[in-house]
Amino acid sequence: MDASRAALSRTTRPTRSGNRMEPWIERAVRLAGLSAIFIVALIFIFLIRLSLPALTRIPLSAFGDLRWYPIEERFGLVSLVVGSLLVTAVAVGIAVPLGLVTAIYLGEIAPPWLGDILKPLIEILAGIPSIVLGFVGWVALAPLVQRLGAPTGLTAFTGGLILAYMALPTIISIAEDAIDAVPKSYRDGSLALGATRWQTIYRVVLPAARSGIVTAVMLGIGRAVGETMAVMMVTGNAAHVPRGTSMLFQPVRTMTATIAAEMGEVARGGTHYHVLFLIGALLFLITFAINSVAARLVGRRRTGEGGG
Amino acid sequence: MSAAELVGMSGSMPESVGSSDGAADDLILVQDFSFYYGAFRALENLNLTVRDREVTALIGPSGCGKSTFLRAINRMNDTIRGVRYEGDIRVAGQSIYQADTDVADLRQRVGMVFQRPNPFPQSIFDNVAYGPRVLGLAGDKADVSERTRLALSQVGLWEELGDRLDRPALALSPGQQQRLCIARTLATEPRIILMDEPCSALDPVATLAIEGLMRRLAERYCIVVVTHNMQQAARVSDRTGFFWLGRLVEFGPTNDIFTLPQEKLTEDYITGRRG
Repeated sequence: MDASRAALSRTTRPTRSGNRMEPWIERAVRLAGLSAIFIVALIFIFLIRLSLPALTRIPLSAFGDLRWYPIEERFGLVSLVVGSLLVTAVAVGIAVPLGLVTAIYLGEIAPPWLGDILKPLIEILAGIPSIVLGFVGWVALAPLVQRLGAPTGLTAFTGGLILAYMALPTIISIAEDAIDAVPKSYRDGSLALGATRWQTIYRVVLPAARSGIVTAVMLGIGRAVGETMAVMMVTGNAAHVPRGTSMLFQPVRTMTATIAAEMGEVARGGTHYHVLFLIGALLFLITFAINSVAARLVGRRRTGEGGG
Repeated sequence: MSAAELVGMSGSMPESVGSSDGAADDLILVQDFSFYYGAFRALENLNLTVRDREVTALIGPSGCGKSTFLRAINRMNDTIRGVRYEGDIRVAGQSIYQADTDVADLRQRVGMVFQRPNPFPQSIFDNVAYGPRVLGLAGDKADVSERTRLALSQVGLWEELGDRLDRPALALSPGQQQRLCIARTLATEPRIILMDEPCSALDPVATLAIEGLMRRLAERYCIVVVTHNMQQAARVSDRTGFFWLGRLVEFGPTNDIFTLPQEKLTEDYITGRRG
């Protein structure tokens, strides 16, 4: 009894002195949290402020112009937006199915020793600088795409392939974590009813992991939309609107690549300068929209689960 | 399909077992069965017969192998790596450890209820409809609904929840969740139901409900229940087996085991002198 009381007082004493620190710790944590919000707000205000002059100097309809030709004051954003969408669509179309299947393989099918080798390797993939991947795309991938019959190897498809490769590690690791977090009792319950392993994965494990899988896909898409360097190197950077059945195999220019390529050469304060910021604001809105959709999908899942 | 057929046996099951396997009521036949986790022998030379339309209770201290034995009957031990077995278990005359055994089919005929209620994070309806849908038992949507209704009625949940089947199963009380898991198993038309300490996570009222359910289900199914609770074994079972360190020490009518145990070890355990 005496011993336990001594232990009790020993543990309470530091807590009492901790009480004096408590308000300060709370203030510091609050400051850190608020500063994150503050910085995001500042960035947004900054983007809006610098893109507003573009909106006042150029009529909105001018942005619908098919041509991006800043020297002649033609600021049609269509080719850039279409370029970004095409490259992203290719990347998502490849990376999402491949990433999910890999995550299922790692989480449910692969023997543990193989998973122990593959998982660190995949995480290393995520750390490869994008410029290096762009280089690989330029040297190795572009000639292959050209051999498929494209006039040049630097196309929307090439950019999509490289982006898919960059988004894959994110999608795989997050989706695999989500699958791993599904309790074994769900799998046992399904198997014990006579379901096969695949039925169990498809009808119990994946639905139970859905919120994590949606997060994985959205982060992968976010990475694809925002990526710049690798894309700039392999998409050919021709600011024209790709048309026809071979549109994937034509050079395109993405919104990100346009900002990166032209920002260094524009006159500060000129119309071109402000239009580039407008493109930046547009990108910001797109990623914001993706995140909101993801948050809503995940949120709906949570309420669907009820208590638990 | 009529209700009578539905709660009866699936068509593929032979109604009686071969004469060489003993009496017609002997549904599970265990012959010289041993089981290993790696080098550790969890079960040693088991020999016993489990009868149809009875509750068979397996008692014994933790780690004595009773759950391992239960999971050997529907081959759920297969999901663990590094396990090995010797001997044979026959269910309705068929050896279940053959190379060509259809394990999914076996598990449909031999249902299992787990220690912790494990409904899927889906609606009440989808939980029960899971088996019929996945196994392709049901013809159309109306058939799925009918099977779900029947299974829920059998466990008494239809009266309680019939109008709230779209609610999440995880929002139910633990006792209701466990009955839902039993209904989920019944919907796959099993012949045998294995229960692995089905009441250990439940309060006394919910426990009594499950025990009453076991007695009712024993009129149609073969029930094998692992339990830590000797009063429960005495209350619900027709036969009791006592496991000790991977061996089946004694097996017989529950009354005999609890009143006139033949082995000193059994007597010591059920009177609480050892355990």
